[in-house]
Amino acid sequence: MSVVFILFLPLIASALILLPLRQAWAGMITLASSLAVLFLAARVALLVSAGNIVTSVLGIGLLKWISVDGLSSLILLLIAFIGATAALYSVGYMAHGSFTPRKIRIYYINFNMFVFSMLAIPILAEPTLVWISVALTTLTSALIVSFDDTREALEAAWKYVVLSLMGAGVALFGFLLLYSALQASGSDATFSWSGLIQAAPRMPPALLQVAFLLILIGLGTKAGLVPMHTWLPDAHSQAPSPVCALLSGIETSAILYVIMRLFPIMSASPDAHAGTLAIILGLVSAGTAAFLLLQASDYKRMFAFSTVEHMGIILTAIGLGAAGANYAALQQVISHSVTKSFCFFAAGIVLMNLGTRKITSVRGLISKSPFTGAALVFGGLAITGAPPLAVFLSEFSILKAGLAQADYLAMGLLSFFILVAFFGIMMKINQMVFGKSGNETGGALPPVSGTGSGQQQSDSCDAGRFHLPVTCRLAMILAALPVLVLGLYIPQPLQNLLTQATAALTR
Amino acid sequence: MTDQLLDNLNALVTGLFLLTAFGIVAMRQTRGVFNLFIIQSILLALSALILGLRHGSEDLYGVALVNIIIKPLILPWLLRITVPEEVYTRREVSQALNIPTSLLIALALAILAYFISQPLLNAVAPEFQGPNVPIGIAGLLLGAFAITVRREAIPLLVGILAMENGAFLSGIAISRGLPLLVELAIATDGLVVVFIMGVLTRAAKRHIGTTAVGELARLKEMAPAAGEGEE
Repeated sequence: MSVVFILFLPLIASALILLPLRQAWAGMITLASSLAVLFLAARVALLVSAGNIVTSVLGIGLLKWISVDGLSSLILLLIAFIGATAALYSVGYMAHGSFTPRKIRIYYINFNMFVFSMLAIPILAEPTLVWISVALTTLTSALIVSFDDTREALEAAWKYVVLSLMGAGVALFGFLLLYSALQASGSDATFSWSGLIQAAPRMPPALLQVAFLLILIGLGTKAGLVPMHTWLPDAHSQAPSPVCALLSGIETSAILYVIMRLFPIMSASPDAHAGTLAIILGLVSAGTAAFLLLQASDYKRMFAFSTVEHMGIILTAIGLGAAGANYAALQQVISHSVTKSFCFFAAGIVLMNLGTRKITSVRGLISKSPFTGAALVFGGLAITGAPPLAVFLSEFSILKAGLAQADYLAMGLLSFFILVAFFGIMMKINQMVFGKSGNETGGALPPVSGTGSGQQQSDSCDAGRFHLPVTCRLAMILAALPVLVLGLYIPQPLQNLLTQATAALTR
Repeated sequence: MTDQLLDNLNALVTGLFLLTAFGIVAMRQTRGVFNLFIIQSILLALSALILGLRHGSEDLYGVALVNIIIKPLILPWLLRITVPEEVYTRREVSQALNIPTSLLIALALAILAYFISQPLLNAVAPEFQGPNVPIGIAGLLLGAFAITVRREAIPLLVGILAMENGAFLSGIAISRGLPLLVELAIATDGLVVVFIMGVLTRAAKRHIGTTAVGELARLKEMAPAAGEGEE
């Protein structure tokens, strides 16, 4: 089935980029492969939303562990969508910077490999192979996090690699324990997500619980859960903006998806209190991030902290456990992904033109570039959950589901944190977009170290000189569509898919 | 060979494994740390071989083979072509903690590992018990500890790989029959780790003139004027 091609396309694209053709070739081939992946992922999603499970027809080697159900298909579709918009955005972004052809080629090869490793996470259903894919996402994205080749970018990449791989080491032990728990259960179920659910009631609770804890801590590091989040704002702010959209928009959610897979398994051992643990960890993440966000002096860092906050919100919703809460959590995964990628696209335009990451150095954006200013306000409102946009609807559903379960304290705290984040983000964006530029700080600053490689020009702050590549504009419009639409209603096919995904998550 | 003899041999091998884990925390010489890791990987392979003989499970021979080919042979070669020679010969001067303190904490972690492993051992069948699980957990914890105290690039890398070794040492004792393809993929993942971190080490050398990547600490909240205009 076409699901195998989804994995091969980015690899083929990576190989084709090596051909010594024109400079635009690398971007075009990446875009073409991303669009093809999106098309195939949508087809798989349609099949799955009808209740099928898509597997590979060739049951040999690694291919026999390919199995896509509702939950994986949802994540797959999101990765494909963000991958396609990010590839589109990259074309304009890379053309604008003064990069050597070699550098551009390295960027696109890493981009494709990164997308490949992310796509493998939902497609594969064997936990240790999923672990390998997770470790590969770190490794394939490390070199694009340090792509700007500044001291800061390098620092971010080091922290990212060391902490993520440390988490991966812990998680590996967790997965091996899960395997031994499966063996100890005496069941002949295969080592896959569905097999584990089957065998869970007969697994020794001690093994299952320790495995769950280790995987939660290990992968939680990569998903950016507090207190293991320290690398995230660095890496997600230093990477080139289209990659930030991938990292923040979907990579964290894809990792959270792996954690989600454990909850139906853990329902077999209720005295482990997996749900309560998730709610606590989620609330701590959301709360800490909401307050750290207030201190951010870099707008890309601000959005990165907002990612930590949203991961907390999603984990809290998963912890609630009921079908309604799971549905809402998955809705939140969708709305966060599309909205956050849009936010980073908008932030990327600002960085590309002004060459500064400091919130205080950006003032009066609306008069310099109405499109960018409006986009930033729209992104800010959307990500903080202003009605009638996608995040509002999903956060509302989470709170509704939580209140239906009488989890008043958790929901009260959650709504408080959401409010704090709303004011924090909107205050800063308001200053950036509508604030008076007091003494023309933007132009008077010396070239800033650590801001995109040589993209800043001293005169770039002048009105009318704002550079807005057409593909970037297009990518932003495409990303904004679901943000708008999903706030008003959820189309029927997507609703079916969400129902299927919820069924995979609820036991 | 009798089972008793094999059990004793395995105890010896895993004991040496624990020793190398301590060495990775404490040793100052960069090359020495890396060599210790190679020895540790060979010990892991030996333990897999012994357990394979002991329980007659062929898949453990595969684990031994994969470990003996990839870690002591391919990995050092890969590191040599990605990282310049002088990085190796460095003596690490700046460690976050001094060596006696690190060793004391490492000892506490090893004891903790025995406590953690107890409930796990109670849950598995008796033939899976033995020194592998506690020592593997100790290896995992000591690797993580090495990462937190180390500042140099190569010892950090070794810490990460040592964590994986620790996870595997436990894994081979309690989970049988993991497909060889999966083992191979995990080991290959280690190669990618080395390659990527090698490239990042080179970049660190170019930017800050040293490979003490622990010195990289500029990205923070509310750092007034940090990264703004200076240099």
